[in-house]
Amino acid sequence: MSATIPLHTDVHSASPGLWALAWRRLRADRVAMVSLAVVLLFLLSVLLSATGLVAADWEDEVAVNYAPPTFIGPDPALAALARPPRPVPPNAFDPLADELAQLKAALARRGVATQAAKAATLPFGADKWGHDIVKKTIKGGQTSIVVGLVAALVAVALGTLFGALAGFHGGFVDDLFNWFYNVFTSIPSILMILTVAAVLQTKGVLNIVLILGLTGWTGPFRLIRAEYIKHKAREYVMAADAIGASSWRKMFVHIFPNVSHVALVQMSILVVGFIKAEVILSFLGFGVPVGVVSWGSMLNEAQSELILGKWWQLAAAASAMALLVTAFSLFADALRDALDPKLK
Amino acid sequence: MFAYILRRLWQMLPTMAGVVVLVFLLFNWVGGDPSYLLAGKMADARAIANIRAQLGLDQPWTVQLWIFVKQILSFDFGNAWSTGEPVSHIITSRLGPSLTVLVPLTVLETVCGIALALAIAFIRGSLTDRLVMVACTVGMSISILVYIIVFQYGLAYKLGLFPVQGWGESFSENLLRYAALPILIGLAVSIAPTLRLFRSFVLDEANQDYVRTARAKGLSERRIVWVHVLRNAAIPIITHVMANLPALLIGAFLLERFFGIPGIGREVILAVERSDFPVIKAVTVYVAAATMVFNLLADLMYQAVDPRVQLK
Repeated sequence: MSATIPLHTDVHSASPGLWALAWRRLRADRVAMVSLAVVLLFLLSVLLSATGLVAADWEDEVAVNYAPPTFIGPDPALAALARPPRPVPPNAFDPLADELAQLKAALARRGVATQAAKAATLPFGADKWGHDIVKKTIKGGQTSIVVGLVAALVAVALGTLFGALAGFHGGFVDDLFNWFYNVFTSIPSILMILTVAAVLQTKGVLNIVLILGLTGWTGPFRLIRAEYIKHKAREYVMAADAIGASSWRKMFVHIFPNVSHVALVQMSILVVGFIKAEVILSFLGFGVPVGVVSWGSMLNEAQSELILGKWWQLAAAASAMALLVTAFSLFADALRDALDPKLK
Repeated sequence: MFAYILRRLWQMLPTMAGVVVLVFLLFNWVGGDPSYLLAGKMADARAIANIRAQLGLDQPWTVQLWIFVKQILSFDFGNAWSTGEPVSHIITSRLGPSLTVLVPLTVLETVCGIALALAIAFIRGSLTDRLVMVACTVGMSISILVYIIVFQYGLAYKLGLFPVQGWGESFSENLLRYAALPILIGLAVSIAPTLRLFRSFVLDEANQDYVRTARAKGLSERRIVWVHVLRNAAIPIITHVMANLPALLIGAFLLERFFGIPGIGREVILAVERSDFPVIKAVTVYVAAATMVFNLLADLMYQAVDPRVQLK
């Protein structure tokens, strides 16, 4: 009689994977968790405004022109204007008074606020047309953040594809992509962006995404290529080779999950850069078309408003952007440290 | 040494050819036909055909590419479409104002960056170090537009410490009067990323064995930092500064635009606004060439700094 020795015990359960370990490290990092919360809050506002639940009515002229923030109080000059005009005795000497009254009644029925009914102050003020700055900032953030995210996705996808092909195949393919890389990096990125903007002529959100995405792939390419060179000689790739996996399968099913953390970190870094770039492009008028609001177009309006002493639109757009970018960069740093502890 | 330079220049040729083809494709294939743009709103077929013949657009694309290569080699891109000014004159005359801002800015940025990085790196982990790093992250998050708008409004418009914008004839007036605020703003914007980067370069060196040896033989901390560490950290710093110089030429376009400085960056913005393709093409090609040459110069400077480096 012999006792059977169990081959597997539950004591040693599966060791945590890369992502679980990284998440554990992130959880312990207080700065990372706070910045993640801020980033998620911004993403939530993007989601809500994109679905029309929030700030869909930002174009309503709900306040008087340049209504100041509530904590400052109404502008005395504008407050005088906002007071209802002295009642004029009906049909005393104006032959059109009856028609005017009818028009006013019709407008009131359609819910259009007259100047008198507009708010004198708003929580964070109003712009030139009386749009609510808070709603406008949310709407502008939607444009800027979506452009940043999608452009970074395009750039990382291109960089990963090129890097995988170059690093995995080596030889002629590698030479070709390296030549590509040298060509693209010898033109400063801002000049490249402006050149493509000049060529494309038409303005549109899709165009900015393309401009930023097509010019930003070089950073991810360099790192992903190095990772593929490192990984292609590893045993698990040889094992995949032995069971007859195709090169595409080896590249993207076997190797990619092992280098995807590099792509993720690169993407989080690119998002920050692209949000900044979109703001500058839109400010210059090469970005979003007229009628679409972004943080860049808000800064453009705010520049001339500042001379009039109306600083609130500048403050709102600038601080919303600074808050998001700070949180995003801190999170990107923490993510890099968590995913690549060797680097620290 | 001479053979090395020659070989490096030879290696630049394929990259340069790539840049030329890329720019050519962008403007001649992606961009579509510029003759409609040039002919204006009331274009008739004859005017368009005339413009196409002048630009060589009716030729096969190989001939057009050859025209482009000849333009690059002879520094003759013809006249700007919007103003009629020769493109070569635009580039040479706008270079001076750009450099008046950029050279002092780069020198100040590098010197301040190195001094602060050495000071910060040797108290790493302390509260001051962490506060400075947080301040850098926040400082980098604010858009350069906000710095320019607020500084220009506050220091120039409200307080009147600097002219709001403008550019004069004499070099000293430009440098001391008109370029002062742009340089100050450029420094405020660039010091945070520079400090972060230089700090990481210095930190890489601060943990090396030679630093411990220097300390063990009783050298003063000041000598260790300024002589031993700085000399070794200089290599990545030189690469960074040199590689960024040509990009700065364009990168300062916002400063030039806001302060009315007639430099290269502002000219590029104007050209993009007016679809003035010859100017953009010329600037792109020459800035790319300058980037490659400056990278070579950086490699040559390594040897001056570090005798271990052998250029082969």
